[in-house]
Amino acid sequence: MRMIALRVGRGLLVILLVTFVARVMLSLASGSIAEGLLGSEATPENVAALEARLGLDRPIWEQYLTWLVGAVQGDLGTSMFTQQPVAESIIARIPVSFQLAAMGILIAVVVATIFAILSASFPDSPLDRALNALSSVLLSAPGFVAGPIFIFVFAIVLGWLPVLGWVPLSENPIENLKFAILPALAIAVQEIAALHRLLRTDLITTLGDDFILAARARGMGRAYVMFRHAFRPSSFSLITVLAINIGNLLGGAVIVEVLFSLPGVGGLLVTSITTRDIPMVLGVVTFIAIIYVIMNLVVDLLYGVLDPRVRRPVAR
Amino acid sequence: MSITTRVPTIRNRRTKLSGFVGTAPAEPRVPDGRTRTSIVVWLSLGWLALIALAAVVAPFLPFLPQPATPVGMPRLAPALGSFELLLGTDTIGRSIMTRILYGAQISLTVAVVAGAFAFTVGTFFGMLAGYFRSLTDGIIALITDVMLAFPPLILLLAIASLVTPDVRTVTIGLGIVGIPTFVRLARANAMSWGSREFVRAARNMGAGHPRILFREIMPNVIPPVASYLPIVMASMIVAEGGLSFLGLGVPPPTPSWGGMISEGKSIIAQAPHIVLIPITFIFLTIFSLNQVGDRLRARFDKSAS
Amino acid sequence: MPSTSTEPLLIVNDLRTHIWTPRGNVKAVDGVSLHLNPGEAMGIVGESGSGKSVMARSIMGLNGRFAGVSGEVVYKKQNLLTLSKKKRREIWGKEIAMVFQDPARSLNPVVKIERQVAEGMRKHLGYSKSAARTRALELLAEVGIPDPESRLGNYPHEMSGGMRQRVMIAIALACEPSLLIADEPTTALDVTIQRQVLDLLRRVQRDRDMSMILISHDLGVVAGQTDRVGVMYAGRMLEVGSSAGVFDRPRHQYTSALLKATPSVDHPRHQPFPVIHGALPDPIHPPAGCRFAARCTAVSDACTSGPIAAVEFGGGHTAWCVHPVGGVHGDEHTTRDTGGAHVGR
Repeated sequence: MRMIALRVGRGLLVILLVTFVARVMLSLASGSIAEGLLGSEATPENVAALEARLGLDRPIWEQYLTWLVGAVQGDLGTSMFTQQPVAESIIARIPVSFQLAAMGILIAVVVATIFAILSASFPDSPLDRALNALSSVLLSAPGFVAGPIFIFVFAIVLGWLPVLGWVPLSENPIENLKFAILPALAIAVQEIAALHRLLRTDLITTLGDDFILAARARGMGRAYVMFRHAFRPSSFSLITVLAINIGNLLGGAVIVEVLFSLPGVGGLLVTSITTRDIPMVLGVVTFIAIIYVIMNLVVDLLYGVLDPRVRRPVAR
Repeated sequence: MSITTRVPTIRNRRTKLSGFVGTAPAEPRVPDGRTRTSIVVWLSLGWLALIALAAVVAPFLPFLPQPATPVGMPRLAPALGSFELLLGTDTIGRSIMTRILYGAQISLTVAVVAGAFAFTVGTFFGMLAGYFRSLTDGIIALITDVMLAFPPLILLLAIASLVTPDVRTVTIGLGIVGIPTFVRLARANAMSWGSREFVRAARNMGAGHPRILFREIMPNVIPPVASYLPIVMASMIVAEGGLSFLGLGVPPPTPSWGGMISEGKSIIAQAPHIVLIPITFIFLTIFSLNQVGDRLRARFDKSAS
Repeated sequence: MPSTSTEPLLIVNDLRTHIWTPRGNVKAVDGVSLHLNPGEAMGIVGESGSGKSVMARSIMGLNGRFAGVSGEVVYKKQNLLTLSKKKRREIWGKEIAMVFQDPARSLNPVVKIERQVAEGMRKHLGYSKSAARTRALELLAEVGIPDPESRLGNYPHEMSGGMRQRVMIAIALACEPSLLIADEPTTALDVTIQRQVLDLLRRVQRDRDMSMILISHDLGVVAGQTDRVGVMYAGRMLEVGSSAGVFDRPRHQYTSALLKATPSVDHPRHQPFPVIHGALPDPIHPPAGCRFAARCTAVSDACTSGPIAAVEFGGGHTAWCVHPVGGVHGDEHTTRDTGGAHVGR
């Protein structure tokens, strides 16, 4: 229990750090923000006046604390661009990003696991070599490479799926899937390759362990040994890598969202950065940081559940 | 026997328990476990050399127009005939061939410089951390962990929001983001080498720390860490491409591969080549770097697989 | 007591296992022949690198994918080396069972004991889950584990080393095999536990009238627990005979030197220790002739020129030595040119 509290505490610290650093960086550019907003009317007096009005002239830590107090209560400020409350804008877009990320991870894990099990069952066979080659190719296809290719093949040449657009899941699941599948695949592509490689290596290593040999020496069949002996110990690194890659996934999701013009959190982040919309940027960064921390916590907890060595004390 | 097993056994020529004698014992046939460098790696090296050469040489080619000047009707499909129209034209009629080559300059420069920067700084601090341990390691590890606590793209975007991006800021930003990777690698290697006997022997003979670090640790740490360079460079090309794609990288009119993809994505139905060509180039470059990197890693980094 | 049926349970004929490594093919086992009668316990003794473990695995057929095996391993009239993988799996566990060296690594750390004991029975003998559980309890009790009920629900890391090895033995016995191969079963254990485990092995072997191959580098382990013994060196069998015979009157120069180099309580004080100088030959390019020649005190040219003939000393005691201890003519014997393949009586 104490460990959990410790982890949560560390997570909160990270969130605070991230938001604070973001705040600092943004306010370092505050001059250009005010200037940018005023455009051609940017006389020094107008700039100073705008800064005073927006609270940009107060010391950084004071600005941050004000923001923090509001944030804890759920008020993330108002967008300078749209004049809408930041928190609302973010929440409206969460379902889209969440669905994409979930689908992407799911596809990646399932496909990568299948590949890895096949690879590790027949190492160095033609099948294994083919899968490894496929992985190498997939690894080199980030979102903005895989995405347009998918669009071109499936939407334009084959015409099976629409190019752009979005229908929320709650409205029409089938239509929603049509719009969601390509972006989810684009996110998943690189992840499949990374997970496949890792799981394959791990499985092969585990399969070389003594207890596998002992299980085989008892006459247990190939599939049984793979699924009921080798898989579980190997899944730990799978989960670890997933956790580490959450960061990449978040980044990749941003690009895919922009590519497919989807109303997700990532797209919001990009527009708010280009428009120098400080409250919005801060809000989104906070949100992403929170998600990141929660995912890491979840992984830590999963470890405890899956690995009995962590759960129970060692030898009596 | 299943066809996928690799353990051949030879039936002994004596099939029943006879006496013995006379027949020479049959030697077992042992499978060959060597791994051969596939031709793909060589092709990858070739591609990298080609693209690097093209990027360097581009400004000096007389038959290559400037990247900002239109050379023909917009959205022309690729056509043989003239070099500048070999890859067609983009939405404003500029030569895609030119823009690709100049974009290659950006991507490769960023990847090489940022990679070298991250490698140098990261390896230096990583070695210190792994060798000296205790407080030094604690501090460096803490900073590295904090840096890694941010999703990298977010960090880059934050940097992008801070300054008006240009080649320099993008390079520095990517370089900074790449440091933790090398710190971790160098640290792990330095730790394992630093605890070996020959290091302790050198200490006992009176060698000072700088000498040990320089003569004993560094030559052993550099090869495995450097073998990750191509792979890190590949990820930097991806990052730079992503940033330009989002409009947060090198600003127009400087061509960049990511930017070209962004320009072309809306008319992918009418003029797919505008998007697909830069995609192909990015893919081939990343792929080649990954292939070479894998091969280097297999050769030099025995700890990983 | 070994049963008196005349048909050997296991006959190994000129077994060779060569393993690929980047530096060349390691000739781990290079022409080993032996036979084992039903109900008999045979020890295999040899230093590290002699190939004993590889030989044990080759008998089962458990070498990795980089190994090539030739020769014959005849078990109950079947040549195990030529069987399909499927048929071999039917034999493993049910007919021939193996106990491995390090119980900490031979048990799956994330699987409960119950399943690891029961899975063989459920597969080979078709037991239901509850029947297997009952039998598992019996087995754990038989190998001397207190409170078997709660132990079934344990994970391996919750048990001590000695207990883990007992569990391994229980697993091996689960399907009532006819042959038990124990590969260095006590090496990873505390000395105080070693004796217990060895006595346990001997007891279950006798109770079931099972054949056993006991492999160890420790002469003391093998001496008291086996009926016959074979001495291996650098992939070859150098001497074979009854345990009493080989240990009382070793014939091969190597065996003799090995026994002399073993510390004992009545070693005279202040006398230098007769160690065996030199090192093992290169397993990739072994020398022609006797493998021990480079380290032997009685070596001559005949030792390195060609294949070594077997020298019989009566009572099944054979040594492959050109200059055996006590001389070739010193005792009853017959010399036979076996060309490296020896079929016992």
